Amino acid sequence: MPNPLYRKHIISIPDFTREELELVVQTAAQLKAAPRSDLLKDRLLATCFFEPSTRTRLSFETAVQRLGGNVIGFADGANTSAKKGETLADTVRIISSYTDAIIMRHPKEGAARVASEFSTVPIINGGDGANQHPSQTLLDLFTLQETQGRLDNLTVAFVGDLKYGRTVHSLAQALSLFGARFYFVGPEALAMPDYLCEELDERGISYSIAATIEEVIPHIDILYMTRVQRERFDEAEYKKIQGQFVLRADMLRSARPNMKILHPLPRVDEITTDVDATPHAYYFEQAKNGVYARQALLSLVLNETV
Amino acid sequence: MTEKVYARNVEALKSGTVIDHIPAGQGLRILRLFQLAEYRERVTVGLNLPSGHMGSKDLIKVENVVLSEEQANELALFAPRGTVSVIEDFAVVRKQKLAIPDTVEGIFACPNSNCVSHVEPVQSHFSVRVTEHDTKMKCKYCEKVFSKDIVVDVR
Repeated sequence: MPNPLYRKHIISIPDFTREELELVVQTAAQLKAAPRSDLLKDRLLATCFFEPSTRTRLSFETAVQRLGGNVIGFADGANTSAKKGETLADTVRIISSYTDAIIMRHPKEGAARVASEFSTVPIINGGDGANQHPSQTLLDLFTLQETQGRLDNLTVAFVGDLKYGRTVHSLAQALSLFGARFYFVGPEALAMPDYLCEELDERGISYSIAATIEEVIPHIDILYMTRVQRERFDEAEYKKIQGQFVLRADMLRSARPNMKILHPLPRVDEITTDVDATPHAYYFEQAKNGVYARQALLSLVLNETV
Repeated sequence: MTEKVYARNVEALKSGTVIDHIPAGQGLRILRLFQLAEYRERVTVGLNLPSGHMGSKDLIKVENVVLSEEQANELALFAPRGTVSVIEDFAVVRKQKLAIPDTVEGIFACPNSNCVSHVEPVQSHFSVRVTEHDTKMKCKYCEKVFSKDIVVDVR
């Protein structure tokens, strides 16, 4: 029987079952421990980035090439037929006739879902506006498994922009399948959206809102930091909250030994550089795991068995 | 109110559909969204009619048109206590039951201006979930969740 992700579109985390998430995480661990260079042999994939993204595109392209596949594509929508007014539906119809799968990023929310309705090959969502970025969540889950030895019943604090942070939303949704405990730490104006809190309520996930990072540090397995974007606030408001959601090394004294700090990157100033040398910092390894998680995902989508 | 009273309020209908118990103020919106005037059939609209249960209500009669079950269910989003009666030869031959639908396609525009459904050749698509205090609609494309009233107000 083919694996459950074979020839599936990868659009959104809520589309995944718990077993499918576990399968990607296990496969990523296997590929990290014993690299394979044959799983995408003779396969041609397209990376269509209608919006630029250095890390996501390069890590996808690395994943394809490490697995023996080839890549065509573009890094910026500015010089494509989209600029001439072609619909995404038409663009995808054509590119899907050239390649075995399409990895895409697009500034409009829902773009990957639309693409999946017109493509004859699997669509892998590499980010659609502020909506979903499933491969980021898969690499986050892989990193949780790697650092904690499990995905069940983890205690996770999310810090920063909880309102617009798609990585926060997707990871919270994914972990809610594994019975997690959450703390939310961030400015009131950037609080977790109501609909997500309702989803967590329905799944019986407990969460609480905390005012500072320090008060949650002794209780957590994972500190998931995100950036509070300056442009979300006016100058006076920003001054008030500036510095409130910044992690420094001296705040980590009461942390559990297993506690790891993750960040989807890029970091600006919300984690001071003295944290990098502590045993809790794991964000660079997390970014490296992006290649393994994407290798796992692509291998499963394009091979009946891995 | 009985059918006889409608007949006194608004001209009687030989055959077609009567949509009754529409909350006052929603009648014209329903007319527009369901494009009931586009059939080129005679349409009679009553606004702010007295109603025993509702205080006041709107009512729409469309000649020679019968709503599909899907359309009737979509009506439930505007008029949860609405009734749809099919009329033949001046008599009610069937009452269509209104149930909030699981999905709504093509009627509403997504309130999210950055949603791809506005610019691609696809129909809007919402899944509907009734919660204790509200009815929520989730866009299939941008995956944003809106209160029903926000979606209904957009167009």
